[in-house]
Amino acid sequence: MTTTTLAVLVPLLPFLGAAAGLLLGRTAPGFVRPLAVLPPLTALALAAVVAVRQGGEQAIDAHTELTPTGSVPIELALHIDGFAALVAVLVGVVATCVQIYSTGYLRDDPRYPSYAALVSLFTSAMLLVVYSGDLIVLLVGWEVMGICSYFLVGHYWETPEARAASIKAFLVTKLGDVPFLIGLFALATDAGSFRITKILGAVANGGLDHPTIVALLLLAGVAGKSAQFPLHTWLPDAMAGPTPVSALIHAATMVAAGVYFIARLLPVFESSQAAMVTLAVMAAVTMLGSGLAALAQDDIKRVLAYSTIGQLGYMTGALAVGDRGAAVFHLLTHGAFKALLFLAAGVIIHAAGTNSLAAMSRMRGLRDRVSDAYWTMTVALLALAAIPPFSGFFSKESVLGAAEHVVTGHTEHAPSAAGWITLVAGLLTAVLTAGYATRLWLLAFHGRGAEAPDHGRQPLTMTVVLWVLAVPSLALGGLAFRVLPDWFDGRDLTPTLTTSVAGTGVALVGAIVTYAAWRHTTTLSARAPLGAVAAHPEGDAAQVEAEAIASHAPVYGGVAYAPDPADPGRLLLGPLHRHAAVGFHLDAVYAALFVRPVQAGASLVRFLDREVVETYVRGAGALPRLLGAAVRRAQTGNVQTYVSALLAGTVVLAVAALLVATGA
Amino acid sequence: MHLAYPTVLAALLFCTGLYGVLARRNAILVLMSVELMLNAVNLNLVAFDVWLSKASRETLHSGQALTLFTIAIAAAEIGIGLAIVLAVYRNRGTSDIDKLRDTAEGHESEGPDSDALTAGSADGAGKAEATA
Repeated sequence: MTTTTLAVLVPLLPFLGAAAGLLLGRTAPGFVRPLAVLPPLTALALAAVVAVRQGGEQAIDAHTELTPTGSVPIELALHIDGFAALVAVLVGVVATCVQIYSTGYLRDDPRYPSYAALVSLFTSAMLLVVYSGDLIVLLVGWEVMGICSYFLVGHYWETPEARAASIKAFLVTKLGDVPFLIGLFALATDAGSFRITKILGAVANGGLDHPTIVALLLLAGVAGKSAQFPLHTWLPDAMAGPTPVSALIHAATMVAAGVYFIARLLPVFESSQAAMVTLAVMAAVTMLGSGLAALAQDDIKRVLAYSTIGQLGYMTGALAVGDRGAAVFHLLTHGAFKALLFLAAGVIIHAAGTNSLAAMSRMRGLRDRVSDAYWTMTVALLALAAIPPFSGFFSKESVLGAAEHVVTGHTEHAPSAAGWITLVAGLLTAVLTAGYATRLWLLAFHGRGAEAPDHGRQPLTMTVVLWVLAVPSLALGGLAFRVLPDWFDGRDLTPTLTTSVAGTGVALVGAIVTYAAWRHTTTLSARAPLGAVAAHPEGDAAQVEAEAIASHAPVYGGVAYAPDPADPGRLLLGPLHRHAAVGFHLDAVYAALFVRPVQAGASLVRFLDREVVETYVRGAGALPRLLGAAVRRAQTGNVQTYVSALLAGTVVLAVAALLVATGA
Repeated sequence: MHLAYPTVLAALLFCTGLYGVLARRNAILVLMSVELMLNAVNLNLVAFDVWLSKASRETLHSGQALTLFTIAIAAAEIGIGLAIVLAVYRNRGTSDIDKLRDTAEGHESEGPDSDALTAGSADGAGKAEATA
């Protein structure tokens, strides 16, 4: 088969798997698991073949036009360069791991068939985004992901948190998608085509009339999808979904789509200095804010969610300094270690019966109960904190190195302001990242207090996947940084000495300070409450997690917050902790700015409908009703009355006829 | 005989019948009044038939033929009507029209029998209208 055929099959197979899973889910339950696992696995194999054949050489382009669609043609186009080939492999790996893990995680879930089908559809949509060479086709995948995330985040729709989170995720990303759509149209109108290659050609010839407006509009969609400030608020709440979904959304799909989109169209953004600086500011605010918020979270998955936002901030930072190689490199390594972190967190939540770090820090021996999760999570956290030689170190250093290049004036594309912003924010965030990674590790695995509950061994499907993902988390960065430039723009990704020393140094400082704070506060944990624990610890992992999420707010008074004096984050953040725990009140601000006006408008419309429009309708009904009641009075039941009336009528008619006949 | 006599007699008969239909309470008397009205019409038919055939304008005697029809139908009608009245009387113990008001607005039917009664009195009303 030609490479093009293989590439078409890559997004198609999971799509067919999803369709078959939805159709056969009820009638043939035996096929559900193979249908869930095999299509992503095959897609992964095909994506790997495509990547090998592409080999970082000339981009593979293929296109066909189904039907003429008016002024600017929409074509089914493939555009597979090094970025697309590698990101597709990452998506395949993570999706396959998630599907395998889900067979264990949701093994008793009655809604598993539709869940697995939606995950496959999600994967297919992301692969479509990755391979598509036409922006409208890309948008199709982009929006399918939006609706899939709505369904998957709301998987536990019995709980109000999940319902609210799914609606929030959908609405906030759509808020970004509206300007995104307008931006796409503006871009296509300027460039005369939706094809990425033609747009990039037009940009190279200076054919864009309004690069700043287009770039800023597109940026809004990217901010929504990739959870960048100020549209990031949906992502921490999306933790109400099952853990494998979080892993999928956070590692390889959805949030990666935004970054990947900018990487594809980077020249468009580079043609506007304002857009690049906006991107840098956005990245910096996102990084710092999410780092602080992650230090204050109590839910283990919310820590990871804020960490995802922060790491995406690194990627947008790299894009702001015009180095998409570094951004996609970080996307790849982050995809591997963040998927691992989430899947391991799922194992921990199952074993501990709670998602609260405060509760975990009061359990002894949790790390022995889930030794696989302990070791793999340690690897992933080291990668997250960018400690050499783990993969996160290389990718993060390539980002910082790119920023340093811009600061020292080695590149002409990016403004040096963007470089400074990214570099400073990146280094500060490195401290915070190491801090919250250390805090998570210490609180989850080094608790003291009662013995951790024993719920038996974790399913093999859940633990094997962790080790599979641990390999790239450990080694991908070190092995790939020499090879990757051939696949990408050819720009060097080797860590520079200055940023390596600075980055690792600040990361170590963050880790050590957190450790010291933990030693200081850990004695307090003896006289603090034990956390919420799931009611059915013997159930499957998904049930335990749903119960843990549902019981968190009633026990602690908030989904993100726990009154735990033994939390080192509380000591480190000081008075800031209260604000960081609720994401710096951004939700409250949005509630005041958008939610309440909309609700007020809704109640006004409701009033107009109920009281004004309804009154006319009711009036129109009441008048005939009144007349009817009056006429009904004539119905006395006395036959003689009727005959009398008949006679009277006859007489009147006769007299009238007589008068007319005589011409009076 | 001048045409005025039978027509005046018919008018008197008809008015008597009409009065009976409107004013009598007993259903049997109402039926008898209906018969009076029918016969007034019969009288008219025959009288005019004779008058018209004298003037040689009509030789088929269709008025007399129609009278025969009316008599036959009146016999059938009175048979059914009396049977209904009898049934009502057996059921209710009265044949007073004023008390048979089941079709009145707001009337709640008491039992399965009232449906049949309602139909019966409605029939009577319909007949009264037809004959009036």
